[in-house]
Amino acid sequence: MADKIFSRPKGLKDVPFHYCPGCHHGIIHRLVAEVLDELDVRDKAIGVAPVGCSVLAYEYFNFDAFEAAHGRAPAVATGVKRVHPDAVVFTYQGDGDLAAIGCAEIVHAAARGEKITTIFVNNAIYGMTGGQMAPTSLIGQVTNTSPYGRSAEAAGYPVKVSEMLATLEGAKFIARVAINTPGNMTKAKAAIKKAFELQISGKGFGLVEILSTCPTNWGMSPVEAAKWLAESMIPYYPLGVYKTSEGGAK
Amino acid sequence: MAEKILMKGNEAIGEAAIVAGCRHYFGYPITPQTELTEYMSKRMPQVNGVFLQAESEVAAINMVYGAAGAGARVMTSSSSPGISLKMEGISYIAGAELPSVIVNIMRGGPGLGGIQPAQSDYFQATKGGGHGDYHCIVLAPNSVQEMVDTTILAFDLADMYRNPVMLLGDGALGQMMEPVEFNPSETKPIAKPWAATGLKGRAEPNIVNSLHLQPEKLELHNIHLQQKYAGIIANEVRYEELYTADAELILVAYGITSRIARSSVEKARREGMKVGMLRPITLWPFPEKPLAALAGKASAFLTLELSAGQMIEDVRLAVNGAKPVYFYGRSGGMIPSPKAVYEQIANIFKGKEAVKHG
Ligand SMILES: Cc1ncc(C[n+]2csc(CCOP(=O)(O)OP(=O)(O)O)c2C)c(N)n1
Ligand code: SF4
Repeated sequence: MADKIFSRPKGLKDVPFHYCPGCHHGIIHRLVAEVLDELDVRDKAIGVAPVGCSVLAYEYFNFDAFEAAHGRAPAVATGVKRVHPDAVVFTYQGDGDLAAIGCAEIVHAAARGEKITTIFVNNAIYGMTGGQMAPTSLIGQVTNTSPYGRSAEAAGYPVKVSEMLATLEGAKFIARVAINTPGNMTKAKAAIKKAFELQISGKGFGLVEILSTCPTNWGMSPVEAAKWLAESMIPYYPLGVYKTSEGGAK
Repeated sequence: MAEKILMKGNEAIGEAAIVAGCRHYFGYPITPQTELTEYMSKRMPQVNGVFLQAESEVAAINMVYGAAGAGARVMTSSSSPGISLKMEGISYIAGAELPSVIVNIMRGGPGLGGIQPAQSDYFQATKGGGHGDYHCIVLAPNSVQEMVDTTILAFDLADMYRNPVMLLGDGALGQMMEPVEFNPSETKPIAKPWAATGLKGRAEPNIVNSLHLQPEKLELHNIHLQQKYAGIIANEVRYEELYTADAELILVAYGITSRIARSSVEKARREGMKVGMLRPITLWPFPEKPLAALAGKASAFLTLELSAGQMIEDVRLAVNGAKPVYFYGRSGGMIPSPKAVYEQIANIFKGKEAVKHG
């Protein structure tokens, strides 16, 4: 019999995802689950997912979880972590969720140095509600609520969350990654692992921003979407580590 | 018996929460309840508890959601405009069936209103306030001692029914100083096998959630909630009656207003008027049955409120057209004098209708 060299992480249930073909949410779930396995902390993991396409994350993760109100996951995670300081608590948030309605909650969780990890999925659009403009939508990007393309005049500029949060003392690890290529995926996983390790060692707040595709609402094939991410998103949202617990910042 | 100490209402709530085993408090300052937030900031570290001043009421109530879902006895407090902001979270807490205690020391509204005592959040507290079909259990103490006792009760009821409990006071009660005693053996914490604590060897994950995308499932959840509420209505109605046995006129008042009403009732009795009073201690569930029973004996009711008339709707529903229900209220932070209330009583006895709104 052949050796099994690839299997489902313990942190994921054996159920099909509801995500669209080519969507990165599924890959990101898997990376998070693999990291929790590798750190051997599934038994004390508590996930918090608010609304967005990942609203059903608790259906897939195989550990304790909360579903939170739109944008409020960092506050919910704060409550959880303050009750169980030894638990490994993380939020899983979209860009509409984190950078619009939940902007205050993420800024203050980071400012407090709340010992939680945030997985921030930036796909530059509101996926779940069907493709409206997000605070992270690019200038000129056509969405259902920016049908003529996002204009800075009318809608302001896209929010660079990693850069913004890296200015806060309480934020101890901030990185922006993408999973559009195998190389980037390896870096993404390493960043996620680093953020969780930092939480486990009790240093403070960590966030990994993951540039991600929404082929459905971008109106592209998965391959075109990956290309758009590389050609349009990465130049505006440069990948890299913005802050580390060692004090280094980009 | 414990020793009596002089305490301010707001602070007494804080100490009672600690006696009840609450070790997590999340709040945001607002007059006239800020002493409670400040008290918790001082006391929580002394009892190895967690005090956190949130960035907003929205964040505070969501921290409560997290802590309650993680299995803790947890409290937040605010005053009217802040409670409006907490409504989103309260709906989620009710939907996910999480035990938590929410204190509202009311001030006048609407909008920024003022900072003086009011009772104009009655609708919001008892009828939902947030979205969806849900109820908070609403307790309305009328003394500092009762603020202590109902706070402890609030934690027990919250755990027992896995439901948010609101302690509804007003600025006057919050600021009032009275002697109180604490009895630590009163409280009854219970196990919470449903809480999200990390698996710790448990086979199935615990999920804290209020989302049910399939309409059939959401309806079943709502039916379950309504059955729970029916149980609360059957078992948890609390009220106090005064001189109701032979009363022709029944005053209905809660909280600070009931203390004003009481002196007016005593005076009217001395003048030979057969007046009684029913004071709801639970505003939800409302003492509907005892009021309906009194409607069979008394000839009229007078509702007193620090609002333009909100509880009167529940009194009218209970009386169900059997007898006239009059109203006297002040709003905006104005407090009626016992004399003004007495005049309303006397007017009704003289056959004149009470003033609709003072
Ligand atoms: C208070 C509130 N407002 C609006 C919504 C509707 N809503 C659900 S998801 C969403 C946007 C989600 O976008 P994002 O966070 O970017 O996640 P994605 O779906 O793209 O993964 C909105 C506006 C809601 N559920 N609650
Ligand atoms: S709508 Fe977009 S973000 Fe949502 S599952 Fe589909 S591709 Fe993914």
